[in-house]
Amino acid sequence: MRRVLLPAAVIAALLGLWEILAQTGALAEILGIRESVSDVIVPAPSDVAMSLWEDRELLLDNGWVTLSEVVLGFAISVVVGVGFAIALHLSETLRLAFYPLLVASQTIPIVAIAPVLVLWLGFGIGPKLFVVALICFFPITVATFDGLRSVDPAAVRMMRTLHANRATILRRLELPSALPQFFSGARVAVAIAAIGAVLGELVGADSGLGYLITQAQGSLLTARVFAAVVVLSAIAIALFALVSLAERTLAPWGRKELR
Amino acid sequence: MSTYGAPVMERERIERTPPAQTCAIRLEGVSHSFGELEVLSGLGLDVAEGEVVGLVGPSGCGKSTLLELISGLADPLAGSIEIEGAGGAAARLASCAYMPQRDLLLPWLSAIDNAAIAPRNRGASKRGAREQALPLFARFGLADFADAKPGELSGGMRQRVAFLRTLLAGKPVLLLDEPFAALDAITRGEMQEWLAGALLAESRTVLLITHDVEEALYLCDRVAVLSARPARIVAELRPGAPRSVDRAAAVTDPAFAAQREEALRALREHSR
Repeated sequence: MRRVLLPAAVIAALLGLWEILAQTGALAEILGIRESVSDVIVPAPSDVAMSLWEDRELLLDNGWVTLSEVVLGFAISVVVGVGFAIALHLSETLRLAFYPLLVASQTIPIVAIAPVLVLWLGFGIGPKLFVVALICFFPITVATFDGLRSVDPAAVRMMRTLHANRATILRRLELPSALPQFFSGARVAVAIAAIGAVLGELVGADSGLGYLITQAQGSLLTARVFAAVVVLSAIAIALFALVSLAERTLAPWGRKELR
Repeated sequence: MSTYGAPVMERERIERTPPAQTCAIRLEGVSHSFGELEVLSGLGLDVAEGEVVGLVGPSGCGKSTLLELISGLADPLAGSIEIEGAGGAAARLASCAYMPQRDLLLPWLSAIDNAAIAPRNRGASKRGAREQALPLFARFGLADFADAKPGELSGGMRQRVAFLRTLLAGKPVLLLDEPFAALDAITRGEMQEWLAGALLAESRTVLLITHDVEEALYLCDRVAVLSARPARIVAELRPGAPRSVDRAAAVTDPAFAAQREEALRALREHSR
């Protein structure tokens, strides 16, 4: 119960404070904004709630676009990331050759290259998937790779005396052992994947929450911007919960070491 | 009777199969080192087929390294190791099954699937592998625990499953690396009796590593005492009585006590 009540109380308190400050004009004053435009620039939570209801179709349609980009991009990253982690684990040559590249992939300033991606991949779903997959790739690959490496060497030796070859050791011992660590990487990845989709949409799109945010900003519909952010957060939280649920179902033994 | 209700074996009916005289394992002048660190020095040992031989030595003397070399996971830097006449690492690996000190049961598999992992690795279907394991589970008092996950089993039960996993590899030589070191004293005693029964029922050539002299003398036909690093064999003892399941009777025998003192003396003398 405390797990639900505590965060709910914190959120309610913050929203309440924000509402009061916005309604009394105190927030506009603090931010140095003239009262005549403060409604537009500093919406109260009630304005955001109103927008959530009134723009529900708009938010649902564009939210759906963003959700599919996040899920697809994440799925691509899981396949490529796990495959890459296995390749690095199995071959020392590949490990030496590609590990620096793996780290470098994390340092790419995605905001800066997103416009270039649009030039390369067009205005469709391509650049969005690329950005999401790129953001998810590092945490998934590194976590899975570490999971594969941290298998008890005594267990590998034992398996070798029990008729196992390299492939059966990978399939029966190393991959299941790495599952909990894969999931902790996937949880990090899915939480930030939503940001990736919106980044991709901000530079060039005709739908999606990022597109909606750009449009609403241009029309000074600030409440709608916040409403889109709320939907985006809801998507991220829901996906995070889904991955956590998958972890508890598929790897219930948790991150405990083999004993 | 075992603690878990199922009779491990009826003591009276067990006849000891005398070891055949063929030589199953032959070590000659085996030396090994890791860099500057000399671990084994000119070790020689013959083990007959069906014989259970204990290796006792001070902690860190290289016992586990020795098992690794025998099992064919690595080759010694000098000397030769032959199993049933074959000296190559691959041939040795094909004849040996290794039971580690920690049970290393895989937490995502049930007890029976853990035990049946060797048949699975050889390509048996999940069902086929279970069918191979089930008779052993029934015979050794584990039938009720076949579907339990390792996390639900006690330490002693986990070691039993680990031992059956080693047996089910179907290999002639079993290498047991301090199998009961992690158990409490009471469970250890029970497990020793259980293993004694199992080894009388399933005739295999066994090398048992332990730091417990009493355990070695009780479970083995012959006990080799190793010196501190670099390890070599400094004494060999043959318990007078044949192996039996009755641990209390075995360890209270005066001849047993005398041998235990002799082994401890040899250990003390060579533990530095």
